Amino acid sequence: MIIEIENLNFIYNPGTPFEKKALDDISISIEEGDFVGLIGHTGSGKSTLVQHLNGLIKPTSGKIIIDGVDITNPETKMREIRKKVGLVFQYPEHQLFEETIYKDIAFGPKNLGLTEEEVEARVKEAMELVGLDYETLKDRSPFEISGGQKRRVAIAGVVAMKPKVLILDEPTAGLDPKGRDAILDEIKKLYERENITIILVSHSMEDIARLANTILVMHKGKVIMHDKTREIFKSADLLEDIGLDIPQVTKFMKEFKNRGHDVREDCLTIEEAKEELIKYLRGTKNA
Amino acid sequence: MLKDITIGQYFPGDTLIHKLDPRVKILTSILFIVALFFVKDFYPYIFIFLFIVAVVKTAKLPVKFILKGLKPLMFIIIITFVINLLFTKGEVLFSLGPISITKEGISQSVFMALRLILLIVGTSLLTLTTSPIALTDGIESLLSPFRKIGLPSHELAMMMTIALRFIPTLLEETDKIMKAQMARGADFESGNILNRAKSLVPLLVPLFINAFRRADELATAMEARCYRGGEGRTRLNELKFDRKDTTVLLSMVLFFGFIMSTRYW
Repeated sequence: MIIEIENLNFIYNPGTPFEKKALDDISISIEEGDFVGLIGHTGSGKSTLVQHLNGLIKPTSGKIIIDGVDITNPETKMREIRKKVGLVFQYPEHQLFEETIYKDIAFGPKNLGLTEEEVEARVKEAMELVGLDYETLKDRSPFEISGGQKRRVAIAGVVAMKPKVLILDEPTAGLDPKGRDAILDEIKKLYERENITIILVSHSMEDIARLANTILVMHKGKVIMHDKTREIFKSADLLEDIGLDIPQVTKFMKEFKNRGHDVREDCLTIEEAKEELIKYLRGTKNA
Repeated sequence: MLKDITIGQYFPGDTLIHKLDPRVKILTSILFIVALFFVKDFYPYIFIFLFIVAVVKTAKLPVKFILKGLKPLMFIIIITFVINLLFTKGEVLFSLGPISITKEGISQSVFMALRLILLIVGTSLLTLTTSPIALTDGIESLLSPFRKIGLPSHELAMMMTIALRFIPTLLEETDKIMKAQMARGADFESGNILNRAKSLVPLLVPLFINAFRRADELATAMEARCYRGGEGRTRLNELKFDRKDTTVLLSMVLFFGFIMSTRYW
């Protein structure tokens, strides 16, 4: 278990008229090497939960253990937590501040107290991982490149800290389809190469279906489902009840089956559905 | 840290104080400030203190909320206190090297500190019980007579509305950027003053960039909806002065007139 959460509660602005229970008795555990998709309606507590995971918010009550370290213990050093858990916020390009891309990505590793050589090696590696050319871009200003590239720089800034758990809060929000696919591909590559645990917060069921192997569903501050991706998307009705959805292609296969065709209904990607349909069509032809 | 500032933070409610015409509350605040500076003895502070307590009780404001607003200004209060304590001439009570504490110094420093505290608490009552929109409507209406001498009252009020409107947004954004940089290992809390000032760069640069971007977007959005200043502009909620407002305003004039008159007794 890389992440273990026990009876986590969090209340915003306690004791004022703005009081709001954001997390309600959450207990989950996440295995090392999992790719977790975190889904839920706006305001369901996703962002609050992920901010707890690297100590940015202190829980009202409950325990969070990451890689054997209790991060809710006040004696735990923040630097240790940040080393273990990297968090990429929504619209992370809004946090860029340095004169050059190199310096901006180096900010995190430098704060970890690494040597100059180590920092350079990490920046190089991180830029390569997110698909940025080191030589041509390292001395350019992060403010003069495109939005998609800015976002890559920001993600590289967290990746360069080499966390064991990488959390991405809607990394593709506001990007065009091409930029979105590119970022998702890089996340996938990163996951496969670095063998880390990833938590991806997203509103796009397609993205989640393509990448995640387990899914956490949040609703009104509670985790209401936590299972393998395929199992979660079988409960389309429940997801629709709480304002979520299943991937379009899964929906299509379900409907197709309802109309009397004997196909699997738990296809998650277009490729999978294609295979299944070809198999089915060949089968009916031969019969 | 940043969320501790109550100035400009409206505490919603449905009490008599909340429902008063904002102009009454603004005028009362001005009277309050003027009267406070007329006070030269300790005892009128008792009346002012009771006045504040009465308002807080009527408006059902939590005391903790108000005390929290004092915290960020504690530094100024302490400096005022110390300076008055050390540099007031008079009957020396005891001295330590070049520093001597006088009887007048003690009374003067307590007096000044009290004045500052009452000033901050008293004026924050206005923003705590009046929504920013009502507040600027009130200011605009109070300033409109000065339009004749070229004062752009509508534009001033609009600027204030926008500024107030963006305080929470900017605070939220500061909080977000701070967290994002903390997630990258930034440390805003330890180290000496120089290091701390340096550690603010990763916070201030993005904050400024975003503020300019936001301002630009807002200007475009306003122009797209044909905003061109105050001339001929009508409003959704006209301010109305009714009996309760007149009563309150008159009693306030009497009350603060009484406070001011204590100076000449």
